[in-house]
Amino acid sequence: MKIAVCVKQVPDTTARKELTDDFRLNRASLDSVLNPFDEYALEEGIRQKEAHEGEVAMVTMGPASAEETMRKGLAMGADRGVLITDSALAGSDIWVTATALAAALRSGGYDLILCGQESADARTGLLPGALAEHLGLPFLSYVQKLDIEGSQLRVRRQLSGGYEVISANLPAVVMVVKAINEPRYPSLKGIMASKRKQVTKLDAGGLGLEPASLGIAGSRTEVVAATPRPAKEPGRMLTEPPSEAAKLIADFLAENKVIA
Amino acid sequence: MDFELSDEQRLIQQTAREFAEAEVAPHAAAFDQRAEFPYEIVSKMAELGLMGLPIPEEFGGAGADTISYALAVEELARADASVAITMAAHVSLGTMPFLLFGTSEQKEKYIPSLASGERLWAFGLTEPNAGSDAGATQTRASLGDGTWVVNGTKSFITNSGTRLTAGVTVTAVTGPSSNGHAEVSNLIIPAETEGFTVAKDYHKMGWRASDTHELAFQDARVPEENLLGERGKGFRQFLTILDGGRISIAALSVGLAQACLDASVKYARERTQFGKPIGSFEGIQFKIAEMATRIEHARLMTYKAAWLKDKGKDFAMAAGMAKLFSSRIATLAADEAVQIHGGYGVMEEYPVARYWRDVKIGEIGEGTSEIQKLVIARMLDL
Repeated sequence: MKIAVCVKQVPDTTARKELTDDFRLNRASLDSVLNPFDEYALEEGIRQKEAHEGEVAMVTMGPASAEETMRKGLAMGADRGVLITDSALAGSDIWVTATALAAALRSGGYDLILCGQESADARTGLLPGALAEHLGLPFLSYVQKLDIEGSQLRVRRQLSGGYEVISANLPAVVMVVKAINEPRYPSLKGIMASKRKQVTKLDAGGLGLEPASLGIAGSRTEVVAATPRPAKEPGRMLTEPPSEAAKLIADFLAENKVIA
Repeated sequence: MDFELSDEQRLIQQTAREFAEAEVAPHAAAFDQRAEFPYEIVSKMAELGLMGLPIPEEFGGAGADTISYALAVEELARADASVAITMAAHVSLGTMPFLLFGTSEQKEKYIPSLASGERLWAFGLTEPNAGSDAGATQTRASLGDGTWVVNGTKSFITNSGTRLTAGVTVTAVTGPSSNGHAEVSNLIIPAETEGFTVAKDYHKMGWRASDTHELAFQDARVPEENLLGERGKGFRQFLTILDGGRISIAALSVGLAQACLDASVKYARERTQFGKPIGSFEGIQFKIAEMATRIEHARLMTYKAAWLKDKGKDFAMAAGMAKLFSSRIATLAADEAVQIHGGYGVMEEYPVARYWRDVKIGEIGEGTSEIQKLVIARMLDL
């Protein structure tokens, strides 16, 4: 089984983020990590490979430095990496990103393409669907359990208050949620061995993409404004005696339908 | 000059940190209180590859460099010094002697199960009457009919009495030498050797979840081939082992000092007195700023010593200085951390009380601070 896991390099999730004048993330001063949501997709890919044999390739689009963050995935157990990197791709929106990833995935002959739920920086959660659309493959979203039998895929799809069971034919694109597994630590031996694993670099030309259709020029969406999230309002402090305060809290919870 | 860690070093640091925060720190206080060896944590460390981190891949280790090793020890100590010393003693005192001095048969026989962390190994140098004066070793071993017969006692031996312990390497006098000094050699004593007994665990002030015992040898017999490397090289061998061990203790002390700083900054922001967080007062700020500066200083010395070792350069003086300085500033950091916490600092509910009890051994174990100074002075031709 050939498994591809789409991953993204994101700023360290604990870092303070700043935007450039054209509302792009200022990455210059930030440490980067593997998108935490993608670790679940990667873990699932590695587990499926362990159960069904085959290989796991990580596929990413990003600056040349993204290779460094792919090391973690290679150390966890991915077999190789594919890095799409080209200055023409800078500023790409979801559409263009999906176009480029699809071009790289199409030629790979993958049976299963796994994605995380969203990226920890942009947090749109739109890419997996766009990717499936570009590739003309079935798309299974919000998956919390995944079983493969032969060329069939059977998943539990997370809903609010329950789940639905869906099956599909491989190849397919699957977006997984955090409930699906607990990602392993990269083993220290794996870290040392990751140096010997291959990361293939592809550019726009190599993928047969027209420069004019890429980056900001090719994007179909434009960020026109960005506003920091308003500061959280301070909570209300009750100074009444406990018996009165308890009643006020109960009323508040009932008002907000937390309790009936 | 380049202060950047390599990709592998950074990833090992990150992984060790995540592991220590998630798997070690939450249990540190409980194991410390019960003075209990954390078997489950050690088994998880083995699975991760920590127990054989700097051991070459051909023997089942991860083949990482000394800087990576120091980073891992530091991160573990930041969560729990007992866990850090368990790993560090196993690697640098238990396993390294085989790698550095063992015959190829000894390496193949002993290292793989130690590098995987499946078993632990200890090193016995200190005796009731031979501590800083290691030359005063009273343990004797005599060879006859292809068998060594060992008699003596060893004190404060880390990892010597766990269920995982496969044995201990001990220094023993094996005869007179040509220059009038005793001939010292190292002998490999498997745990199941008859005549080798492990006394009950010491009641310690710090590193309480680590395993430390007194060992007794009464006509303990091991085959002739259990001589580690060459006969009469025991003194030279343990000096080399201790040089490496000093980097362990330096890194461990840096990790502990960092834990003191982390706890102090957190508390200084939370604790309010006179209507303000105490971190807004200069008196507290100065303590914390000094603590942070000393830690940075100690960390640079420790990494430098590890770097020299990785480059194959002479690192003995750098390691001695790093150990001397890091263990001292860790003691100062713990002292200030308790002071910043005030009354709460004395309570075991806060981690700084444990740090305060844990730091002191850094100035004593694997060569006291006084011995480090002697070593440094000797290298300055005094």
